[in-house]
Amino acid sequence: MKKNLGGREIEVNEEGYFLNPADWNSTLAAEIAKEEGIVDLSDAHFRLLHFLRDQQAKGVALTIRGVGKSGVVTVKEFYDLFPGGPLKKASKIAGIPKPVGCI
Amino acid sequence: MKRLLILGAGTAGTIMANHLRRRLPKSDWQLTIVDRSDKHLYQPGLLFLPFGTYSESQIIRSTRDFIPSGVEFLHEEVESIVPSQNHVLLKSGKKLVYDVAVLATGSRIAPEETEGMLGDRWHKDIFDFYTLDGARALREKRKNWSGGRLVVHINEMPIKCPVAPLEFCFLADEFFFKRGMRDRVQLVYVTPLSGAFTKPKATKTLSYLLGQKNIEVVIDFNAERIDAEERKLVGYDGREIAYDLLVTTPTNMGDLALRRSGIGDDLDFVATHKHTLQSLQHPNLFVLGDATNLPSSKAGSVAHFQAETLTENIQRFIAGKPLLEEFDGHSNCFIESGFGKALLIDFNYEIEPHAGRFPFWFGPMKLLAESRLNHWGKLFFRWVYWNRLLPARWIPGITRQKSVKPRAHES
Repeated sequence: MKKNLGGREIEVNEEGYFLNPADWNSTLAAEIAKEEGIVDLSDAHFRLLHFLRDQQAKGVALTIRGVGKSGVVTVKEFYDLFPGGPLKKASKIAGIPKPVGCI
Repeated sequence: MKRLLILGAGTAGTIMANHLRRRLPKSDWQLTIVDRSDKHLYQPGLLFLPFGTYSESQIIRSTRDFIPSGVEFLHEEVESIVPSQNHVLLKSGKKLVYDVAVLATGSRIAPEETEGMLGDRWHKDIFDFYTLDGARALREKRKNWSGGRLVVHINEMPIKCPVAPLEFCFLADEFFFKRGMRDRVQLVYVTPLSGAFTKPKATKTLSYLLGQKNIEVVIDFNAERIDAEERKLVGYDGREIAYDLLVTTPTNMGDLALRRSGIGDDLDFVATHKHTLQSLQHPNLFVLGDATNLPSSKAGSVAHFQAETLTENIQRFIAGKPLLEEFDGHSNCFIESGFGKALLIDFNYEIEPHAGRFPFWFGPMKLLAESRLNHWGKLFFRWVYWNRLLPARWIPGITRQKSVKPRAHES
């Protein structure tokens, strides 16, 4: 399905996750963040968003544990930046598919 | 003489030993299997042990009874695997050189990963039921427990047998009802997932059952630590969950020998090809069962299906032929729902658990629905495990790839 974000039509799934990570940019990130209740994206937010995008592009399965061990943020800081479900929320804002939790 | 080495004599390793001894000529191939334990534990039975449904003698046998003749069993601990030199070092100092190695080292609970879990209260009011010690301790605890808030908790995914904590809730509901004390027990199920199970359709059915049985569900909960003094789980998001009795499923990790060998990921699981089961790093190393990093369930049925593909692929590897990209993530498991009923689910990497019949499209058992026959199936399965599954004998109606596909109205 298509979703209008910042005046552009973006292909997303039924939960609002991007189908093509290449459609993403920082302006769109700010738009999605607002929908998710994060008013301002700081540098710390963007460092993490870029980290997640890089990992996803490399085909690494994303987990909260993996983020905590990355050296980018601790798990606690991750929760502070993206309150609630940090990995799901951050992935949506980063314009990448929803992390496959597990089995 | 060439050597094929199997590390781990649990479900996966034992099935592989039985398959391979029949397929590889004794004149060319020496088969060796190594395990630190010489007792084989029927792991699905651990769920029933705390409730007194099974006794220990029903779920423990001698490992040697299931290792075929012509396979050498070493009751030893592995120190490390050195794939670059094609050898394995044992704790005893012995060195085993191999031509082909199979890693079937399983997964273990790692309570040390969560602050406050291991301590004075471990196996006093914080329990696991994934180990014999844990299940035993819980059995003793429930004998004198007068009721309160029983919290069943999953710390982190993936876990072995992902439905077991749910089954524990259902069985506890029945157990306390029959003891006439269900009104004094508050049952709470706490999960890091966004629903009762990992797959959306099964989650719908299971959520309905949880509601019906008056089991409270807390989702998206990631424990930062356990406050064992105050008896509460503390989440990264600041939520706190109080308990009187905590039955936790600690973080699951691969065997420490893999960490010592530097071949595990951040959970000590091994990078494995999704469809061939070959290690992604070393061509003569193969992995199956709980030790893989695959997005398939960590369950005995999965090990059983993988073993058939892997047996074929090891023969192909030896013959220098291309490997079959065959394993499809097939998993099949019973979910005990209490009061003599169970559900049965069948799924793979692509197809979620669905409604229907099993085996084939008409079989007597119902998929993704409660029935008494499914419960008898689960109990009968213990016989199947010892007599058909471990010796790698044919089981009617069970295929390694998922064969029952959902029809339009069932998906």
